Parts: sequence; C-alpha cells; structure tokens
Amino acid sequence: MSTAMQPEPSGGRPSTSSGSGVTGPSSGGVAVRVRGLNRVFTARRGPGVQALVDVDLDVAEGEFVSLIGPSGCGKSTLLRLVADLDEPTSGELAVFGKSARQARLDQDYGIAFQQAGLLPWRTVTANIELPLALHGVDKRSRRNRVAELIELIGLTEFAGSYPDQLSGGMQQRVAIARALAESPRLLLMDEPFGALDEMTRERMQNELVRICAETRAAVVFVTHSIPEAVFLSDRVVVMSPRPGRIADVVPVRIPGAERDDALREQDAFFRAVASVREALHGAPVDAPRGVENR
Amino acid sequence: MRRVGGLLLGLLGILALVVVWEVYKTLGPEAGVRLGDRAILPRTGDRAMPHVWDMVTRLGEPATGRRGGPLWTVVLAACLFTLKIAALGWVVGVLVGGALALLMQRLRLAEAAVLPWIVLSQTVPLIAIAPLVRRWGSSLSFGGFTWSSEHSVAVIAAYLAFFPVSVGLLRGLKAPEATHLDLMRTYGTGWWGTLLRLRLPASVPYLLPALRLAAASAVIGTVVAEVSIGLRGGVGRLVIEYAQAAGGDPAKPWAPIFGAVGVGLVAAGFVALLGLALRPYRRTEVVA
Repeated sequence: MSTAMQPEPSGGRPSTSSGSGVTGPSSGGVAVRVRGLNRVFTARRGPGVQALVDVDLDVAEGEFVSLIGPSGCGKSTLLRLVADLDEPTSGELAVFGKSARQARLDQDYGIAFQQAGLLPWRTVTANIELPLALHGVDKRSRRNRVAELIELIGLTEFAGSYPDQLSGGMQQRVAIARALAESPRLLLMDEPFGALDEMTRERMQNELVRICAETRAAVVFVTHSIPEAVFLSDRVVVMSPRPGRIADVVPVRIPGAERDDALREQDAFFRAVASVREALHGAPVDAPRGVENR
Repeated sequence: MRRVGGLLLGLLGILALVVVWEVYKTLGPEAGVRLGDRAILPRTGDRAMPHVWDMVTRLGEPATGRRGGPLWTVVLAACLFTLKIAALGWVVGVLVGGALALLMQRLRLAEAAVLPWIVLSQTVPLIAIAPLVRRWGSSLSFGGFTWSSEHSVAVIAAYLAFFPVSVGLLRGLKAPEATHLDLMRTYGTGWWGTLLRLRLPASVPYLLPALRLAAASAVIGTVVAEVSIGLRGGVGRLVIEYAQAAGGDPAKPWAPIFGAVGVGLVAAGFVALLGLALRPYRRTEVVA
C-alpha cells in the first residue's frame, strides 16, 4: 500500500521491446490475469450480445496497457469486469492473485472515468479525501496524504475550490488524484481524457506519464485515440467488435525514449501509431501521418 | 444587492395589488360586473370591498366592542397557535415522507406497492378524513399522553405535508449519476454509507422545494382542519367567526386572512433558512 509516492522518477518501468501476445513483460508479479473471459449480455427478446469472447490478457505490475478499439468492442466492459463493477459470464479473472471482488474490497485499484464524477458539494480537498474518509483513515494522515496529492496534480491553490469552479482538465486531474488516494498498485482508467480538448489532453497525458513514473502503479487505460495509446503505453491491446475480442497486442514502448513532447514528433512514434492502425483495421494502411486523433 | 432588489420587487407587487383593488373599487360599477347571470367581478361597495386602509386601521382597533386589546393581538395569538400545530404537522409529515422515500428507494417492490397509494391518498377530501381522525384519536391514550384536538389537526396537516416530501426525496435519492454509484461501489461502501455520503447530499436540490411545498401544505391543512374539527384558538376558527361579523364590520374578516398569509410566509421563510444552511449541497453538477 505504501510503495507509491517514492521519489524515484524513472527506471522503475519495465520496458518492452519484444514479445507480444498474452503475456506482458515479466518483472515481478502479475497485476491482472485474464483467461478465457466471456461476458454475454442477455436480452429479454432475441439473442444476447456477446460483449467479450474468450479474452486472455496479463498485465504485469507497473505495466501500462491500453485497450483500444471501436465502440462496442467490449473495452469498457473488460475494464468494468476487472473493477468488479460487472460480473463475467464465464472465465477466470484475477487481480493481484485474488478474485476481482476481493481486490475491490481491499482497495487494490483506483479508478477514473470519462466523467470526472466529482461530488459537486465537496471541495477539491474533500473530494480527494473521500475514499480515505470512507475507509476510516484518521484526520491527520488524511490531511497529509491529500496535501501530497494536490501537489502532485499541481492544484495547490485550488484546494478549497468546488468542482464547478474548475475547468474540465482540472476536474479530471482531481479525479486522478482521488483514484491515487490510497496508493493503489493498479489504476483503471476509462477514457479519462475523452471529453477534453486536444491541447489539454496532451498536457494531461504528459502529466499521467509523470504520475505513473512516480507511483509505479500498473495501468489499464481504455481509449479511442491511437496516438494517446501509443504515447502512454507499454503495450496496446487492439480489440474488435461483434463479438468483442482481442484482435492483436502491439508492443509500442520505444526503448530508451523519454516519454515527453519530443516523442510525439519522432519517426519511431509514427511507426508505432501505424502498426496499431494496421492491427485496428486488419490491413496495412497508408499515410501513417494522417492519424486520427480521437 | 440582488437581495435588496428582490425585497423591493416584492413590496412593489403588494403595492400593485393595493392599487388594482382601490382603482377597481373607485371606477367599477356599484353592482359589480356581470356576464349574463354570473358575477365575474365583485360589488364595489364598502361591504364587499372595504378600503385597504380600513382593513389596516381595523387591526389597531379593539377586537370586540370597545373593550379588550386591539384586533391584531388576537390575530397574532391565533397565528402562533396555528403555526405551532402546523410546525408539528410539518415535522411529522417530513419524517413520515422521508421514511417512505427511503423505503421505496431501498426496495423496488415497496415503490411499486406504496407509491400508487401515496398518490391516491391525496385525492381523499380533507373534510372527509378530519372527523375520522378525531374519532380514532380520541380513543387513544397511553401512559400520561392523551390525544387532543390539536393532535388531530396536526395529523391532518402531516397528511398533506408528507406527500411532496416522499415524492421529492425519492426523486432526489435516485438523482446520483451512474459514475458516482460505480465509484461508491469501488470503495466497497454499503447502502448506508452510500446513502449518507452520496444519495442524501445529492437529493438536497430536490428535497428543498418539497420541504417548501410541505410547509405550505401543512399551514393550509392546519387552517382547514381547525375549521372541520372545530378547534378553537387558531386562525381557521377566527376566519369563520369573523366572516359572520362581515355585515356590520366588513374590514374585520380580512384580519385573520392577513394572519394566515403571515403564517405561510413564516413557514416559507423557515425553509428558505434551511436552504441557506444547505447551500453547499445546492451547487449544480458540472460535467467535465
């Protein structure tokens, strides 16, 4: 629980240059382990919807994995299953070797959604404090932890503000701080930057890279955006719809490259974007520079 | 600045009402305006429409004959009496309505079973249930407690007041977004925790209008029930008593009407104070 927040800015992240498929880079334990996972949404009439079919996936501790794919490919469903917000129809799912339910009750993960979902009647401080208060952390540790987190997201002067006084990007940063409050070893993020404008979005991505380096948490990140997935991830899991399944897993981490704005301009970055696009469309695509942003 | 402006507008509204009253009284036909057999505007004589200043000065004159305190003290005492009963009815109504809303939120079956009855309950005429409540109440006594007519009136006030609270609070309890509910689930928070930290705070914008409605209903319920049960001491009784004096003293019946309006204003003001105390919970949701 307290391994996070150590001032070790780099070097903690396992780098991936080879090996695709189910298993991620194995440096230590497995954060999420999925085997033969199925989720069928039953309809009252007609056949049910196969949201996920035979999904296998491992996410290593400290690894950043993005789930990408068109709407209806089951990426959010997979995330909700890991979070135990939904139950699989069949298959195995383990989070840090426990059942998803146990991991949820043990607060092994933090979660952020597309909508910041801050409670409008609570200040920034009180919002970040919420999970700590719910779990009976004493007042002083709470205050210290919140102060740390507010500094981490760079909103110290807004500590007493209410959510409606913040911009969308700021709200989302508060939501991320809240997800980090209990120093989880796993972060689940469901299109957290999906509602932000492009400039804010890139800034938030840079920020997330920095936060992940500091906390060294594993991340499962759902997104629509190929550049976003490539920029942030060690591996990109490409999913396809009807039925929802994993089409390909593309390792995109460029070894030795710092993940900053310079990376966005490099050829290696564009090559990685192109290979994810290929996996997504199922065939080679021209003009890797004409990337879609969303 | 805005508050001063609001007050000014309110006073202006009252002034406009007075002006309309007096202008019609001066210019309107003595026999009132009729359309065929129907009177659509009242007679303008002093018996039907006393001057506003007569109504006001009447408040300062003795209640009956030449002796006794001025009329306004009698009306004020009646108002306090009514206000006390209405407050009791409001509190009981809010508690009952709140409990019903919680039950309906907790159990969907309860919502399906109870909600239609709650709506139906409001269609029963007050005049019909007032004598029933008094008859049932009078056979009640436990310990040192004996049922009085005041209690019957309070129950009827509560009967009107609980309705908006149960419906409004139920809506408020269902107001939280799916994201917020998911979040509470990820925290492993149970029903009570979710209720305290999420559902109740989120319900405040729905609850406050319901409480205001309940306050108005409680006052109306009290005044009407005082009349139908025949309880002495309140504004309701005064309205009936003074209406009989209208022939010889046309300004007098207006005094308890002003009183009833005052009681309503005090009740609404109290809820407004509540709203002030709950201000942080009334911030509008802003989607990122």
